[in-house]
Amino acid sequence: MIALFLRDLKLAIRAGGGFGLGLAFFLIVTVLVPFSIGPQTDLLTRIAPGVLWLGALLACLLSLDRLLALDWEDGTLDLLATAPIPLEAVVTVKALSHWVVTGLPLVLAAPVLGVMLNLPLEGFVPLVLSLLLGTPALSVIGTFGAALTVGLKRGGLLLSLLVLPLYVPTLIFGAEAARRGAQGLEAGTPLLLVAGITAFAAGLLPLASAAVLRVNLR
Amino acid sequence: MTLTVTDLTVARAGMPVLEGVSFVVAPGQALVLRGPNGIGKTTLLRTLAGLQAPVAGRVDGAGEAVAYAGHADGIKATLTVAENLTFWARIFGTQGIGTALAAYALEPLADRISGELSAGQKRRLGLARMLVTGRLVWVMDEPTVSLDAGAVEMFASAIRAHLGQGGSAVIATHVALGLEGAALDVSPFRAVLPAPGSDAFDEAFL
Repeated sequence: MIALFLRDLKLAIRAGGGFGLGLAFFLIVTVLVPFSIGPQTDLLTRIAPGVLWLGALLACLLSLDRLLALDWEDGTLDLLATAPIPLEAVVTVKALSHWVVTGLPLVLAAPVLGVMLNLPLEGFVPLVLSLLLGTPALSVIGTFGAALTVGLKRGGLLLSLLVLPLYVPTLIFGAEAARRGAQGLEAGTPLLLVAGITAFAAGLLPLASAAVLRVNLR
Repeated sequence: MTLTVTDLTVARAGMPVLEGVSFVVAPGQALVLRGPNGIGKTTLLRTLAGLQAPVAGRVDGAGEAVAYAGHADGIKATLTVAENLTFWARIFGTQGIGTALAAYALEPLADRISGELSAGQKRRLGLARMLVTGRLVWVMDEPTVSLDAGAVEMFASAIRAHLGQGGSAVIATHVALGLEGAALDVSPFRAVLPAPGSDAFDEAFL
């Protein structure tokens, strides 16, 4: 399992691996928002948590269609399915490496981009916490979507349509926690709900992803 | 470990392609599967490897003993030859890729990026992967595609060495490998019955 994790990280940083793709997209969205809104700092302050969360979510979505499709195309998935590692572990490791490559850089970049969106000082900690707790759920749910659409040519559109509704609860509570934090309100409840969604997704979805993958590999 | 296949029916896309297939492959034996394109050799091999469930009949002695090599080699183009092999060795919990590299004369290529290899060299890398799995039953689908005569000889000697160590192999191929061992033409097992309606129905709602 560690070997698979390290290999995925290595593949991500090698040429064409897609490392930084989500980060660059996140950067572009949040840098362009102030330009499109105009120089209204109070408006920016109000929408900053929502924009940052939406940017992070779309950035996660961007790399999902590569998550399992590349391993499917070159036959690695067939071989992993016959390997001594259970498929549940394979999809968990895949989700984890996707999070490390995509989600974690977003979490780390969010405070810097928060400055650009005039996020109030007291909002930074809740923002980072909500992203840290919420983005793993995006990777796990995304892996499930990728497992559903693996083997479909140009499955990216279907994947987005399948995954977006599943992303909505994470987005609502994540953005809510960041918003309440930015307004100086207590953000504990939405943070707990985001953590709950992540725990629920990480605990159950790998089983579903593996089951779906077995059907798709037939 | 003896691989025993009893009255096996396999299906592709919900349609049975082969039925009533039975054979036994004891340790030290190789079975060569023959038959025209589309007869269901790949489907049969994928069933042996556990990638799909049989429609009827049973496969004993496979499961965790099987190493599968399909049409695709599972090679990552941005990793080197040695990195690819080391990855599979670690996945299967075995040590050392030296013998696998040597068996297919891959040492000079060990540090090359796999994406730069020729088709035949990639296939040799894919076959070398079987050696690092440490599994006893090799299930191989058209292993000699894009290999030259020398590489086919390397493959044949790797198989002979594997059989000599108590392993076994089921190989679908159209090429004469010079292996002593049984050959099974699967053409007579072609399924004649159409798919039962209920099965297709279940499939649609999975």
